[in-house]
Amino acid sequence: MFSRINRCFSSLLFSTSPEVPTGLPATKRTMLSAINNALDTILTKDQTACIFGEDVAFGGVFRCTDGLRAKHGESRVFNTPLCEQGIAGFAVGLASYGVTTIAEIQFADYIFPAFDQIVNEAAKLRYRTGGQFNCGSLTIRAPYGAVGHGGLYHSQSPEAYFAHTPGLKIVIPRGPVQAKGLLLSSIRDPNPVLFFEPKAMYRASSCDVPDDDYTIPLGKAEIVKHGREVTIIGFGLQLLSLDKAVTRVEKELGITCEIIDLRTIMPLDMETIEKSVKKTGRCVIAHEAPRFGGIGAEIAAKIQEECFLHLEAPVGRVCGWDTPFPLIFEKFYYPDENRAYEEIKRIVLY
Amino acid sequence: MACSRLFRNFTLTVKLPPVTTHKFDATLLPTEAVTSKEELMKYFNDMFTIRRIEITSDAYYKNAEIRGFCHLCDGQEGIYVGMEAGVTHDDCLITAYRDHGQAFMRGETPHAIFAEMFGKITGTSKGKGGSMHFYNKTTNFYGGNGIVGAQVPVGVGLAFALKYQKKPNISMIMYGDGAANQGQIAEAANIAALWKLPAIFICENNKYGMGTAIERASANTDFYTRGDTIPGIKIEAQNILAVRETMKLAKKWGVEHGPLWLEFSTYRYRGHSMSDPGVSYRNKEEIDKVRATRDPIEYVKHLILDNKLASEAEIEDIQDKIKDDVNKAAAEAKKDPVPEAKELLTDVFSHNRKYLIRNVELKDSALI
Repeated sequence: MFSRINRCFSSLLFSTSPEVPTGLPATKRTMLSAINNALDTILTKDQTACIFGEDVAFGGVFRCTDGLRAKHGESRVFNTPLCEQGIAGFAVGLASYGVTTIAEIQFADYIFPAFDQIVNEAAKLRYRTGGQFNCGSLTIRAPYGAVGHGGLYHSQSPEAYFAHTPGLKIVIPRGPVQAKGLLLSSIRDPNPVLFFEPKAMYRASSCDVPDDDYTIPLGKAEIVKHGREVTIIGFGLQLLSLDKAVTRVEKELGITCEIIDLRTIMPLDMETIEKSVKKTGRCVIAHEAPRFGGIGAEIAAKIQEECFLHLEAPVGRVCGWDTPFPLIFEKFYYPDENRAYEEIKRIVLY
Repeated sequence: MACSRLFRNFTLTVKLPPVTTHKFDATLLPTEAVTSKEELMKYFNDMFTIRRIEITSDAYYKNAEIRGFCHLCDGQEGIYVGMEAGVTHDDCLITAYRDHGQAFMRGETPHAIFAEMFGKITGTSKGKGGSMHFYNKTTNFYGGNGIVGAQVPVGVGLAFALKYQKKPNISMIMYGDGAANQGQIAEAANIAALWKLPAIFICENNKYGMGTAIERASANTDFYTRGDTIPGIKIEAQNILAVRETMKLAKKWGVEHGPLWLEFSTYRYRGHSMSDPGVSYRNKEEIDKVRATRDPIEYVKHLILDNKLASEAEIEDIQDKIKDDVNKAAAEAKKDPVPEAKELLTDVFSHNRKYLIRNVELKDSALI
């Protein structure tokens, strides 16, 4: 599946978004290059900004911070020791003092030692101080998601654990254009943001990304494809399998599907979702993370709360199975276009 | 006339108790402290106020008027007053949940402190934090933190920010003997030492981590050595002047050289929290002995009385007045309004989202 990303130039993953101004000078960029460009922009414009994490100095294990230390200096881009809890706590302290803090967790799978600092400290600082202090200038970036061979600890999608914590924002881009715009918004948003980057997308082909400083708003989902018969909701790399599945279903059943890219997991744009589901009457949600307690569960609950009388079928979900992310069985675990196709068909024909 | 002039400029030189050091030249620390009547009276006032705040909080808590969790610091007052005597409010302070003393010394009035504990809108955190979450942005007091040890890496982040912005200030990072075994403290120490941050780690060793004596919790109870490569100093923190002099040095050291790992030997008369009577893991004789021989307020009171800086009657008057003022502050705070229902949903994010609360009583619903 992953080798096919490179051949999908017209895929939804490489599309632009309506908030992005058109006709601007642009450069062909992969997602990692777009992220690098966003970070470069921040370091140039915000003199308090600094980026740190494990191995970010030489460019990071995925090269997202490539060249930044040379350009902006070793006091702006620097390595930390290997201690996620310490890194996160340190980042919370720095951000509470007003510094634009961009911390990197090398793989989202390693975020769990930092869970307490993120959930108990970062998320709650504004609330428990009655608004006196906050770490809104904190952004934590982490590569997440399946990559074809990552196994248990290089493939996880932890968004659901954090979506359950009020006070955090969670943002996941689907392609290079969104990665730059959403990252710039995330860093500038006055709330702590977790920015999960689909690592399988880092080097997967490229598209035109405007050179300018532009932002894509947080908390707003994007309808990447309009349709009438069913609403498909996904984010990140899932947009690729959904695109393929939808093409197949549309041809086979003679229908049109509406695809929504959430872009921001928290806060969720229920307005866009509701409007779409009330129009189509059917919905399928897709995510890589395990099914039980995943984001799909929350969205499904909300949809049946708000759109009950409009539903023609139960809300379908295409998710990872409820197992640890396997190594050899990844092909069976991963919610690919075949599973999405089956589920969409089931819901449409319900 | 000459007499009164002498009295006004009166200074007292006091010998300080011995210290223990780790990778630190003990001769750098002063063996004496110079103080004045004015200073001693201020220290006495501040410590006694903290003591009365704690005693009054205890009473209100037992009456179920302060709810939640409450961790009192009677016996440790010398630390909070002594620290502030050696530093300024431009130096950042962060601590755990035993924070009433720090809250007072960092500018909160007794009224605001009680209001916060009563859950009133006039509290330091709008009533949303409670006893464990006092903060003050104007005096760089970063709280007031519940998760044991979590404040330490955060404090190192503050130290980094200070150094980064070239401020001539330190970050004072307090934690207890129980927290000393948290892994994240080792992580924080490593970062501070590696980057030579102005981080002053302060372990308040009151001999018990909740209900566990230090010998039963720590393989190494020499907490001042546990910063590893970071130089350490252990002092008798019941002596307010020792605390003051150590912090003066710590401030210079932090800015010029980097981190310092301090251990303040102290004692708490009460249990860990209001839910802990404090006598199931130690005996009353031990507590009484410390009260009789190592009380920080008594130490200063004796300095004042022995040097005839004030009479017993004057001291009693001051004590009575403070007791009255604190009681009055609590009574006044009790009358303040609670936060409006909508405050449940504010300060989650920077901008409040639209919510509708439907409670049992529609009149209590709030649309933000």
